[in-house]
Amino acid sequence: MAEVKAARTLTFKILRYNPRVPGDKPRLQSYQLEEADGMTLFIALNEIRDKQDASLAFDFVCRAGICGSCAMTIDGRPGLACRTLTKNLGAEITLAPLPVFELIADLSVDTGKWMRGMSERLQTWVHMKQEEIDLKRIEDRMDPDLAEEIFELDRCIECGCCVAGCGTARMREDFVGAVGLNKVARFRLDPRDKRTDDDYYELVGDDAGVFGCMSLLGCHDVCPKQLPLQTQIAFLRRKMVLQGTKG
Amino acid sequence: MKVIYTDVLVIGGGLAGLRLAIGAKRRGHDAIILSLVPAKRSHSKAAQGGMQASLANVTKGQGDNEDVHFEDTVRGSDWGADQEVVRMFVNTSPKAVRELAAWGVPWSRVRKGDRQVVINGQKVTITERDEAHGTVAQRDFGGTKKWRTCYVADATGHAMLTAVADRAIAESIPVHERMEALALIHDGGRCLGAVVRNLVTGEVLAYVAKATAIATGGAGRLYRNTTNAVICEGIGHAIAMETGVAALGNMEAVQFHPTAIFPAGILVTEGCRGDGGLLKDASGHRFMPDYEPEKKELASRDVVSRRMEEHIKKGNGAKSRFGEHLWLDITLLGEHHIHHNLREVWDICHYFLGVDPVKDLIAVRPAQHYTMGGVRTKPTGESPTLKGLFAAGEAACWDMHGFNRLGGNSVAETVVAGMIVGEFIADFCDKSENAATVPVGLVQEFVEREKAKLDEIVNRRNGEDPSAIKLEMQDLMTANVGIFRTGPELQAAVDGLQKLLARARNVGVRSSAPGPNPELVTAYRVQKMIRLALTIAYGALTRTESRGAHFRSDYPRRNDAEWLKRTLATWKGDSDTLPTLNYEPLDPRRMELPPGWRGYGAKDYIDHPDTPARAAEIEKIKASGAAGDRIALQRALMPYDHLLPPVLRGRNERIDEPL
Repeated sequence: MAEVKAARTLTFKILRYNPRVPGDKPRLQSYQLEEADGMTLFIALNEIRDKQDASLAFDFVCRAGICGSCAMTIDGRPGLACRTLTKNLGAEITLAPLPVFELIADLSVDTGKWMRGMSERLQTWVHMKQEEIDLKRIEDRMDPDLAEEIFELDRCIECGCCVAGCGTARMREDFVGAVGLNKVARFRLDPRDKRTDDDYYELVGDDAGVFGCMSLLGCHDVCPKQLPLQTQIAFLRRKMVLQGTKG
Repeated sequence: MKVIYTDVLVIGGGLAGLRLAIGAKRRGHDAIILSLVPAKRSHSKAAQGGMQASLANVTKGQGDNEDVHFEDTVRGSDWGADQEVVRMFVNTSPKAVRELAAWGVPWSRVRKGDRQVVINGQKVTITERDEAHGTVAQRDFGGTKKWRTCYVADATGHAMLTAVADRAIAESIPVHERMEALALIHDGGRCLGAVVRNLVTGEVLAYVAKATAIATGGAGRLYRNTTNAVICEGIGHAIAMETGVAALGNMEAVQFHPTAIFPAGILVTEGCRGDGGLLKDASGHRFMPDYEPEKKELASRDVVSRRMEEHIKKGNGAKSRFGEHLWLDITLLGEHHIHHNLREVWDICHYFLGVDPVKDLIAVRPAQHYTMGGVRTKPTGESPTLKGLFAAGEAACWDMHGFNRLGGNSVAETVVAGMIVGEFIADFCDKSENAATVPVGLVQEFVEREKAKLDEIVNRRNGEDPSAIKLEMQDLMTANVGIFRTGPELQAAVDGLQKLLARARNVGVRSSAPGPNPELVTAYRVQKMIRLALTIAYGALTRTESRGAHFRSDYPRRNDAEWLKRTLATWKGDSDTLPTLNYEPLDPRRMELPPGWRGYGAKDYIDHPDTPARAAEIEKIKASGAAGDRIALQRALMPYDHLLPPVLRGRNERIDEPL
């Protein structure tokens, strides 16, 4: 028989602040909860809201680690709450909203607005060589390895962890973040996109782009999808330096 | 009163809503998308395994075409589908894959030469053709005769949603995030937009539009155990039904996916079995061939889910502290395959189960997965009863899935429906007679009514706890309206839900703070959700036959003589406690594929009196050979081309079928 251990009592210290309540002040509020087998922060936070505090604001959608809604600061480190098991954390767990992004309330931040702004600025879509597609015809062929390489970078879920873990983003409001640089790297790789390094230089060839990166690489460490951000940013910087010194 | 005007109001920012908005915008009509969450976080994201399109690029897909896809889909639906709509769908799906390929979706591609795959538990070498190298690849899925499912590893929905959402940004289509439609504005015959609540500020405002489209996805959260995201609460369905004019079709048709991880309920893709994974019981026995010798693990989802529960009932389940389950074994696929083609599955197993599927078995049990029912529409996507209201995707019933959807047909439907309905919405907006004349009084009346309902909840002291009521509803549904259904259990569900509905009219909230108020959201949604749950339970109680995913243990046979018809549910009055049910017959005399055996599952069914004559007629047309090639023959049996928008008509090129 496996040894039956008494369930731990977890203490959650959650940063509470609702900017729409006049006079509300940011504060850490504590909640206690008995740990259950397989408990994730998704399960724990919902139990706290259902049983203890109906006003607690947080965001979950897929609760399966694929939609990027639930990024928050977990014991000081940005991560996806839905797939964080409490058994991997201590008995006292501190939760705070992601920095950089506009706060909605408590653990909920507006990553959507930030990401849309980044997408518009970097034009994160394939700039097709011709807009008219003949839908009846066999698709253009692509090397299977190249398709997989593009997919490797296309796996970004725009959760915002890399931005929250970025030193530059704290200092420069207009920094596009690893999420933005990774997208540029992704479209640069894609033969369907007609843009050249000249075009990409216009987008990220400055301190708000690839030259703003201080190579602290917090982004790489916290990316929940393990995107190769370190190599992609370094590679893009080399290409942009070449482009910048060309003319 | 704040009012926002647009040509097309799209409620829902998933694949269907986005693609539909792009279609309308390209035809010169302004579109605004309302979304509960940032568009890229929609549940479309969760589609893993792929989308069905008969491209026939891979060796095991050779010989595939629209006809085969059509037959698989109709058989899968257990003849509940509208066959004309299925034809529209199968002809457009290859075009959708090709459009998405041009938009940047990194589809997995065919590599020429030999490769090892696992088929029926055996390692087999297949050879891909040189001429197919670099085209979009297909994998095997349940209920299909050919390998037809196009995929991006096992993150197909993610890649599709990323590309389509970015396309919408490229087309400058605004997405109003964290906005929820509370009610449709209508005058009993014409839909004019929606009353909308801002989930961040709590503000209530009106959106007035020429055309309004519901693309809000499914309603899985009516159940306790579901693979659906937490936002899939069926509110789009509910607000359509609450007009009293628009109807919901076949809400009792609810799909349970065989492989949700146990107990968390998170999906692992059908691609696991499509790629060769096996289902095993507590003693390690592969049991599916005992029940389904023809298709084994790859029968349709309704059949596999039932066989799994049947096998557990016989005492063969693996036991755990959370209850019984079965095992999914993908170890035979090997490390390289899992790390490349099933990496989401690996992630999910790693993070949520703490196991490595390269060497460990995955605990699975069926869970609610898909809502076949939805807002009843014509093949154009428009409600036949409420002009100006459209629906697309999982929220719609136009009706291509009937009583069971095939794996890979839903994410395909989202973009295909978006393409088709987007064109018809544009046609609708083109017509000058459809310009929205805005009856300010009516808009005001609807806004005030919704505000009053919210005020009532906020001001009620000591009301019922909304989250407790929601939990009771979910438990009632999971316990009584599941995979195996019986009259007494369904009656218990209806009775219980009616009591809950009465209590839900008395919900209150503990917190009335301004800004985001999650409890208030639950409070106003739960009343809508119970109405929807009642529609499912009551429809299931009334339908005394078994068809597709709707299985009545007390009426185990499909009964075409009495039930070859679509359930239509409306909710007539605010004080009603049951939906009003009507039925719309399906006519075998107009079918291209008259009802028969599906090729898997139960073999006995009660024929419709018109079926034999139609079957004989079709045989005669086929035997005469007068029709000509397969295209001409199809046209002779059931013409559908005229139903498609002109830009989407026409054949699809294949390597073996040049144009």
